[in-house]
Amino acid sequence: MTDTTARTAPAGTPESEAGQPAERRGTQIRLSAVTKDFGLAAPAVDEVSLTIEPGEFMTLLGPSGSGKTTTLNLIAGFETLTSGTIEIDGHDIGRLPPHKRELGMLFQNYALFPHLTVAQNVAYPLRERRVPKAEIAARVAEVLELVQLTGRDHNHPTQLSGGQQQRVALARAIVFHPKALLLDEPLSALDRNLRGALQSEIRRIHREVGSTFVFVTHDQEEAMNLSDRIALFNQGRIEQLGSPEQLYDAPDTLFAARFLGDSNVFELEGGVTGDTTRWEDRAWRVDAATVSRRSGVAERAAVVVRPENLGLVADEKDVPSGANWVRARVRDQEFMGSYRTLQLALGGQERPGRARVSTSDASFAVGDPVVAWWRPERQRIVAA
Amino acid sequence: MTAVASRAARPPARRRRDRGVDPIPAWQWVVGVLVAVYLVLPALIVIPMSFDGGLTFQFPPTKPSFIQYVRFFTDPVWLGSLGNSFLVAALASLLATTVGTAAAIGLHQLTGRLARFVRTLLMISIVTPAIVIAVAVYISFLQWHLVGTLLGYVVAHAAIGVPFVLVSVTSALGGFDPRLLRASASLGASPWRTFLRVTAPLIARGIVTGAIFAFVTSFDEVVIALFLRSPLFQTMPVQMYNSVTAEIDPTISASATLVVVSVTLVILIPQLARLRRRRPEEAR
Ligand SMILES: Nc1ncnc2c1ncn2[C@@H]1O[C@H](COP(=O)(O)OP(=O)(O)OP(=O)(O)O)[C@@H](O)[C@H]1O
Ligand SMILES: [Mg+2]
Repeated sequence: MTDTTARTAPAGTPESEAGQPAERRGTQIRLSAVTKDFGLAAPAVDEVSLTIEPGEFMTLLGPSGSGKTTTLNLIAGFETLTSGTIEIDGHDIGRLPPHKRELGMLFQNYALFPHLTVAQNVAYPLRERRVPKAEIAARVAEVLELVQLTGRDHNHPTQLSGGQQQRVALARAIVFHPKALLLDEPLSALDRNLRGALQSEIRRIHREVGSTFVFVTHDQEEAMNLSDRIALFNQGRIEQLGSPEQLYDAPDTLFAARFLGDSNVFELEGGVTGDTTRWEDRAWRVDAATVSRRSGVAERAAVVVRPENLGLVADEKDVPSGANWVRARVRDQEFMGSYRTLQLALGGQERPGRARVSTSDASFAVGDPVVAWWRPERQRIVAA
Repeated sequence: MTAVASRAARPPARRRRDRGVDPIPAWQWVVGVLVAVYLVLPALIVIPMSFDGGLTFQFPPTKPSFIQYVRFFTDPVWLGSLGNSFLVAALASLLATTVGTAAAIGLHQLTGRLARFVRTLLMISIVTPAIVIAVAVYISFLQWHLVGTLLGYVVAHAAIGVPFVLVSVTSALGGFDPRLLRASASLGASPWRTFLRVTAPLIARGIVTGAIFAFVTSFDEVVIALFLRSPLFQTMPVQMYNSVTAEIDPTISASATLVVVSVTLVILIPQLARLRRRRPEEAR
């Protein structure tokens, strides 16, 4: 979908690379049953299969130690496969050393060469490829303009801020038109504001160069912000794969529901099979469309409701007909700027939960009993 | 300060007075000066002696003259030994630097018992008495027909130079970020190209320091050289030894001065070069 914009070079700079349009479209990366075992209790990456489409922005998301970096390093060639295959555009690259894989990489610590200037850093991959001097100069200028660092050519990396250093690293990683760009938590060393700015920068550059991006992060907001698709990692396996919307609106497992966004979780005694289910003393309707297709749902399931889908009323008589509801108590409240979050104790078990109310809504105070309700089509039944 | 700031490859070096530490106490100055004088004293005697015109050793000099230098530079035996010493030291330093740098980089990436063992093995010549090494070298080189050959001198001197290179390159690698190697590989550089374009420039100081120490170690090495000497090939320290044991030849004070001066120059060159490199950037 980004292919139409992929060819637009930055305004005013002549396209020096007319000969190789195919490379700029991005490439397909296919992992088949990829496994990496460091000899620990469990493999770091366990039979991961994943096809990253040409030009796609794919994010590997997951908690610390879930195998994201290891997967990326396997693609880059910095780790050797225990088993499985990795193909780029149909060619098995498992035995290719990293420097022959033609993949750009961005590191958390920037990894700029401290003895070279900005321009020399960016020219590095071009000099390796014996590009003529004049063309190097033109391409370095072009790509520095793309990352908005024109005029800093002769600075050394230490004279730049963290955000600027990462932009230089980005310029250096895309200037040689790699088959794909691999990014390992490139923004996590930056402060919040800068991270936001660089996120949009990365999104823009992905649009403009149109190549395949594989982005590793443990920050779910960042993942949802940037990605075409997210592969959610858990203990070396892909827990769920899908667009940010799919993962947020239709998680398949409790892990996915908890990892992306806030949720109110009602863990059930068993699975969900029919069109009703019970939690404590309440009977709830089940909308078949909201039931995950994971086989685990039949054995052990949980009902998940996002805070923004939870309504609060003072009395159960005020619950709209057809809605599911549960008694709760307001435990605390947080002012979030544009809205307030009420922290709830749900049901007899006093399960922690949260609901979103407008800042002007002062109907409930801390300690008040409330009734929390939601429409059955707004809940999600996941495997627990 | 602007010059320092614009160098930027490293954070600017901070001067002592900027840091605001306590002043150095007087007794440290006294001790420091005493040690320095003690170390320089031999040179302070030999250098004046070399400018005496007598036929025996004279200190302080009575008849100032350059006659000993004239003798030195007109005598093919002395000149030849000086040339030999430079040749051996340069080649031994080159060999020791290559081996030592490669070993330091290899060992830097290894941990565990094997790496520690190999490191100790390479360092052993620093603590072994010179005479032990010399005898061992002599016996084995006799079998290999290396006694009295240029190759023999170079190999033996390189072996005792390796530890210096190993130590200085290892300490330079301590400040080297190994993640740069991955960055370089991802940009398409082979391991060898990465060494040339990234590792070597960043640890250059350690390599050069090690090379200089290896050079100097070989240049004034006398024990092994005595065992390896042949009428056809002698290094200057051996020639100096001959000149005092076989005959009383005051030319030795001129040659000793030349050794002191050249070794000092070799050690000072990188420092001067560093000062010079700072200048042009200052102009920017
Ligand atoms: N070189 C290695 N040797 C041994 N074990 C390793 C190595 N690299 C990673 N591991 C292990 O593999 C597992 C996955 O690590 P990995 O770095 O891929 O996690 P991650 O998802 O990137 O986590 P984080 O968010 O903390 O970076 C961890 O248990 C880690 O301890
Ligand atoms: Mg990681």
